[in-house]
Amino acid sequence: MADPLLKVEDLKVEFPTRRGTLVAVDGVSLHIDPGEVLGVVGESGAGKSMTGNAIIGLLEPPGRVAGGRILFEGRRIDDLPYEEMRKIRGRHIGAIFQDPLTSLNPLYTVGRQLIETIRTHDEAVGETDARTRALGLLREVGIPAAEARIDHYPHQFSGGMRQRVVIALALCANPRLIIADEPTTALDVSIQAQIIALIKRLCREHGTAVMLVTHDMGVIAETADRVAVMYSGRIAEIGPVREVIKHPRHPYTVGLMGSIPKVGQRREKLTQIEGTMPRLNAIPRGCAFNPRCPKVFARCREERPDPRPTPGGAVACWLNAAAGRPA
Amino acid sequence: MSSAPRLVEITDLKRYFDVSSPWLNRVIEGRPRQIVKAVDGVSFGIAKGETFSLVGESGCGKSTVARLVVGLYPPSGGRIAFEGKEIGEDRTARAQVQSRMQMIFQDPYASLNPRWRVEDIIAEPIHTRKLIEGKKAIRDRVGELLSQVRLAPADMDKYPHEFSGGQRQRISIARALAGQPEFLVCDEPTSALDVSVQAQILNLMVELQQKFGLTYLFISHNLAVVFHLSTRVGVMYLGKLVEWADTAHLFERPRHPYTRMLLDTIPDLDLTGRQRQPVGGEVPSPINPPSGCSFHPRCPFATERCRAEPPNLRDVSGSSVACHAVEEGRI
Ligand SMILES: Nc1ncnc2c1ncn2[C@@H]1O[C@H](COP(=O)(O)OP(=O)(O)OP(=O)(O)O)[C@@H](O)[C@H]1O
Ligand code: SF4
Ligand SMILES: [Mg+2]
Repeated sequence: MADPLLKVEDLKVEFPTRRGTLVAVDGVSLHIDPGEVLGVVGESGAGKSMTGNAIIGLLEPPGRVAGGRILFEGRRIDDLPYEEMRKIRGRHIGAIFQDPLTSLNPLYTVGRQLIETIRTHDEAVGETDARTRALGLLREVGIPAAEARIDHYPHQFSGGMRQRVVIALALCANPRLIIADEPTTALDVSIQAQIIALIKRLCREHGTAVMLVTHDMGVIAETADRVAVMYSGRIAEIGPVREVIKHPRHPYTVGLMGSIPKVGQRREKLTQIEGTMPRLNAIPRGCAFNPRCPKVFARCREERPDPRPTPGGAVACWLNAAAGRPA
Repeated sequence: MSSAPRLVEITDLKRYFDVSSPWLNRVIEGRPRQIVKAVDGVSFGIAKGETFSLVGESGCGKSTVARLVVGLYPPSGGRIAFEGKEIGEDRTARAQVQSRMQMIFQDPYASLNPRWRVEDIIAEPIHTRKLIEGKKAIRDRVGELLSQVRLAPADMDKYPHEFSGGQRQRISIARALAGQPEFLVCDEPTSALDVSVQAQILNLMVELQQKFGLTYLFISHNLAVVFHLSTRVGVMYLGKLVEWADTAHLFERPRHPYTRMLLDTIPDLDLTGRQRQPVGGEVPSPINPPSGCSFHPRCPFATERCRAEPPNLRDVSGSSVACHAVEEGRI
């Protein structure tokens, strides 16, 4: 089997604070194959964005990678000096964030920003060629009247169009991997559907892999090949989307799926997971989900379950312990 | 369609906002006055005990309707009647009706005063309406309300920042219930919450509705949530109601092209591999909405008539729809 494009091994992200060190990501392992869309889903504070930011080397200080390794195309990238990581970011790994304005400079036209980006990544490209490429990219991401729009400033675009421009920017260097953090969350449902369709098409046509970070299981169902469900900084369950959605194994995933209202299935009550996700300074011993878990038993309160293999994935739950050896 | 007596009846409701630049700039730069017709002739009724929901994309005017109904904005036109009596200009009559309705907002962070203890927040409607007298009696009542929303009575001595988003929304609900309303207007009450917390709040809302016979006007952009909760649903586009029907009917047999488009965007969590119509375009600016039917630039069924003449709501086998193509029997 070919090497994965990205491999994350036992990643740990810490935040030193005055009152002690908080562990925001704790022992996350995952891989992404070329051309694959891996969804990372979880509720706010589960550590999804932190995982993505660690991969692209954009952890906000004082956050830091405190353990584990990140390998891109077989090469370790978590310990690179800032400048080298900056080159990889953009050229090989692109980024799309929830708020398109964080990726765009309000003072330059979108054309200028695209041209600059294209030329930083490939110094051999001249201004005219870069502009032609920029136009092509704008057309590709579905900006109507691209010839006119290329000379407009970011504020002249709607939210949905801005997110398309950001996707065009991320594509400038033809990266092998894009980390997309809540790329559709700020958008209206009809625009959200358009952006999802766009991301899917680009993956197919360019063979780009995507790590799609979102709180929205619907977006995952529409887009991802595999999904990692995060809870309290750990992966509760990872596997093919169909498996995880149709046959969730981790009690948290079971509860999560049941709590989502679905059109066509009228239910008196939605499944309710009691309580809330613990704060980082109060993650319980054993399985982090144990105080809320309807299936909890003695071992869950004492020992932390490691991910154990399932068909095509892994589950970190003692209920699954009989099914296999530690992954 | 339901013929139960209407608790709330809204007729041709309008709210326009003047968003022009200051007068001097307009004169110097020769720019015209700019008016947003946030709500432009909306009519519907809500029966006692039901949940009527408004859905639509950002800026279509849902929140403005909510604010008009509870009296946070005066309407630019149209009428709102409560139990058959029009809520007019008379201040005391207004206050009386408005004390029977309460609003819950989307943002549980901004809607609670951070410097007040939970007890004072929840007791506020009790004080203003003089529902209960005496410190001890009020504390007991606040404790009871906290239990009703599944918080602990002891939480009344804490401040809002000590609670999570979901817990704060429970506090907002307790405060709304404190005024003993019959009618609750809920503007995206779960949109800022994680799905598992959303499920807790939606379950709580259903339980309270059954227990106290509450009537809800529920505003959301989330169609699945609306499906779960509503008796009837109205779909808004650019300040107008384009379709309404009983919930099951609307979702099974959407008539208006915009409703169909919206329903088509619902994520396929059952992974049926359903094929989609590609959805085109965006909601245009409400300042200069398109002529005729304002959906016509995005509509696959638009004709000359659609570009010229705004369609009115008409009853079509169980739905009320504003679309020429539906009226002409083309779709
Ligand atoms: N106070 C105001 N002044 C000027 N314009 C306003 C005001 N309130 C609302 N609008 C405009 O009226 C239109 C309808 O706004 P409204 O907030 O009712 O939409 P909404 O359907 O609730 O949208 P969302 O889903 O984003 O909450 C929008 O174009 C908005 O910009
Ligand atoms: S009236 Fe015409 S443009 Fe409007 S929704 Fe119906 S067919 Fe489309
Ligand atoms: Mg609103």
